[in-house]
Amino acid sequence: MKEQARDAVGDYRYGFHDSENATIRFDSGLSEQVVRDISAIKKEPQWMTDIRVKAYHHFIERPMPDWGNSEMLNGINFDNICYYLKSSAGTEKSWEEVPDEIKRTFDRLGIPDAEQKWLGGVTAQYESEAVYHSIRDDLEEQGVIFLDMDSGLREYEDLVKQYFGSVVPYSDNKFSALNTAVWSGGSFLVIPEGVHVEMPVQAYFRINAKNMGQFERTLIIAKAGSSIHYVEGCTAPTYSTESLHSAVVELIAEEGSHIRYSTIQNWSANVYNLVTKRGIAYKNASIEWVDGNLGSKLTMKYPAVILKGEGAHADIISVAYSGEGQHQDAGSKVHHLAPRTTSRILSKSISKNGGRSSYRGMVQVSPKAHGCKVSVVCDALLLDADSRSDTYPTMEVANNSCSVEHEASVSKVSGDQLFYLMSRGHTEEEAMGMIVNGFFEPFTRELPMEYAVELNRLLEMEMEGSIG
Amino acid sequence: MSVPLLSIEDIHVEVDGNHVIKGLSMEMRKGEIHAIMGRNGAGKSTLAHALMGHPDYEITSGSVRYLGRPLEELEVWERARAGMFLSFQYPQAIPGVQVGTFLRKSVQAVRGDEAPSNKELRKQMKEAMAALGVDRSFLARYVNDGFSGGEKKRLEILQMLLLSPQLAILDETDSGLDIDTLRTVATGINSVAENSCCLVITHYQRLLDHLKPTYVHVMIDGAIAKVGGPELALEVEEKGYDWLQPAGTAEVLS
Repeated sequence: MKEQARDAVGDYRYGFHDSENATIRFDSGLSEQVVRDISAIKKEPQWMTDIRVKAYHHFIERPMPDWGNSEMLNGINFDNICYYLKSSAGTEKSWEEVPDEIKRTFDRLGIPDAEQKWLGGVTAQYESEAVYHSIRDDLEEQGVIFLDMDSGLREYEDLVKQYFGSVVPYSDNKFSALNTAVWSGGSFLVIPEGVHVEMPVQAYFRINAKNMGQFERTLIIAKAGSSIHYVEGCTAPTYSTESLHSAVVELIAEEGSHIRYSTIQNWSANVYNLVTKRGIAYKNASIEWVDGNLGSKLTMKYPAVILKGEGAHADIISVAYSGEGQHQDAGSKVHHLAPRTTSRILSKSISKNGGRSSYRGMVQVSPKAHGCKVSVVCDALLLDADSRSDTYPTMEVANNSCSVEHEASVSKVSGDQLFYLMSRGHTEEEAMGMIVNGFFEPFTRELPMEYAVELNRLLEMEMEGSIG
Repeated sequence: MSVPLLSIEDIHVEVDGNHVIKGLSMEMRKGEIHAIMGRNGAGKSTLAHALMGHPDYEITSGSVRYLGRPLEELEVWERARAGMFLSFQYPQAIPGVQVGTFLRKSVQAVRGDEAPSNKELRKQMKEAMAALGVDRSFLARYVNDGFSGGEKKRLEILQMLLLSPQLAILDETDSGLDIDTLRTVATGINSVAENSCCLVITHYQRLLDHLKPTYVHVMIDGAIAKVGGPELALEVEEKGYDWLQPAGTAEVLS
C-alpha cells in the first residue's frame, strides 16, 4: 500500500492563526513582579494578590513531577512563555462589539452559530481574557450567575473569597500553584437552589499567540437541588514553538445537585495541557466529568471527585486519542469519604502512529465509607504496532463492605474486522473511522448531539491518510 | 450463451504460504445458483475469501474476470461497489456501531448514486426484516456484538437483501442454523438469485432442499472434482465424498 505520511500540522483543522493585535503583552518569563502586575492590571483586592504571590513562591520551590512524562515536562521552558496577553479592551456582551480579528476566529470555530441554536450561555476566551460573554435572559431572571472569572471576582467578591482554592488549593501541585499565581479568565457560575438549567452553557478557550500561556480558572457552585451542564472546548493554532495551558477547575455540588462538566480538548500538537479539575459532592449530589482529549503535545489531567456526603455519586467518562508525538496521560480520581457513595469510571484510549496513551487512576475508600460501590473500566485500542498504551490503576480500599469492580482491556484493530467492513463497500480509512467511532461510542453518546457529531467528524478526519 | 458474470480460470491460491487452491476453473452467469460442496479443508472458504480480496489469500496464478474486468485491479471495497457480496461464515463484531447506521452507510457506500433515499431505505429495511423475522430492536444493537449464530446469519442475509448484489457468495451461511432459520435464509437467497448470481458454499444437502442450484460443484483438495445438477448433491449426501476422490489421495486428506 502507498505511504501517506502526513504531518500532524496538516491534519489539524484549527491550526489557523490571526495576527496578534495585543493591547497588552507582557514580556516572556515569570517573576513575582509579573504576578503582581497581573493582579494590578485587574485591580484585584489585596487578598487575591497575596494568594497569587504565595502560590508563585510555591510554584518556584515545588519540584517538577517525576511521573507522567518527565522528559516532556522538563522540556517546558517557563522563561519563554508569555503569562499575560490581552487582545481587546474588555468583555463584550454583544457579538458585534467583539474586535473583528477575534470575531473572525470564533466565527470560524462556529461559536456564535452554536449559541443561537442550542446553548444557554457562552463565554469565549481569547488568550488571557474573556472577549465575549452572554447568558440567556430567562436564566439570568432565575438568578443564575454566569460570568467570566475576573468579573465574578469584582461582582461577587465574598463568594469567590469563600470558595476560591477551597477544592484545589494552590499547594495541591506545581501546576495548580502556577495557575493560582497567574490565573486570568475562566468561568464563574452559580446556580441557585432548585434551578435546573436545561440548555448547556459553554466556554470556549482559544490560544492564538505564539508561546502563550493560558491559565483560566473556573469555579462552579451548584446550590442544593440544582443542575447544570457546562461544556468547554479548546483549540490553538499550530506553531513550531510550544504553548502552555494550565487551568484549574473547582466544582461544588451541594446537597442533591447535579453538575455535568464536558470537555473536548482539541489543542494543537504544540500545546502542553496540564490541568487540575476537581469537584466536591455533598449528600446525594452527583458530579460527572465527561472528558475528551484529542489534541495537545502532552496532557496530564485527572478529573477528580471528592464524595463527601452520604449517597453522593461520581461519573467520570474519558477518552484519549494520541497520534504521532503525543502523550495523553489522563485518568481520574475518586475519594469515597462517606457511606453509600458510588462511582463509575470509564476510560477509553486510542493510540496511533506511535502515540502514547496512559490511564492513571486512583480510587480511595475511607474506613467510614460503608456500602460504597466502585466500578472502573479501562479499554485501550491500538491502531498499529508502534503505538503504546499503559494503565496505572491504584485502589486503596480501607473498608470491606464495598463492592469494587475493575476491568481493563487492550485490543488491536484486527485485519478481519477491516476486511469485513471493506467487503461492505467502505475504504480502509472509512472502515478504521467506523471502528474508532464505535470504540468511543460509550463516550460520544454522553455528549450533546452537536458535539457528538463534531467529535465523530474529527475522528474520521484523523483516520484520513493514516493508513500506510 | 451470455457473457459470464464471473469467470475463473485455473487459479491457484496460497494462504500463509500454504497452497490451498490448485487449479480451479468455473464460470457463472446471471440467474444461476452454483453450489460448492466439499469436506472441511477442501478450499471452499479460501475460494470465497480470495474472490472478495482478503489480503491473506493470494491468487498466485490463473485469472479471474468479473464483469469482463480483471478482478485483481479492484480493491476489496471496489469489488463491493461493483456488486460483489460475501456472506461471512464468521461475521465480525464491530462494537459501538449500530446495525441501523451500519446498514445505511453500507448501502450508501455500495450503491452510491443509486442508493435509495433514507425514507425509501427505511421502508426496504422494514420489509426485509419482516421477511427474515427480525425484530426492529435489531437496528439499535451493535453489529454482531453478542449476537447468536442465527442472528449473525440473519444480519448477513439482511445486508445481502439491502445491498442487492450482482454476485453473492455465501460461505456456509447454513451451518449452525435451525430448520426455520434455514428456510428463511433460503427464501432470502432465492429472492436475490432471481436477478443476480449466487455462489453457495455448503457442507450439507439440507440447504439445497430449499434452493434450486443450477450447478453443483464438488470440491476436493483445492480443485473441482465433479460438476453436475441438483442430483449430484443428493448423491454426495448418500455416498459421501470418497467415491469422487482421485485415486491415491484419500489418506493424505484424512
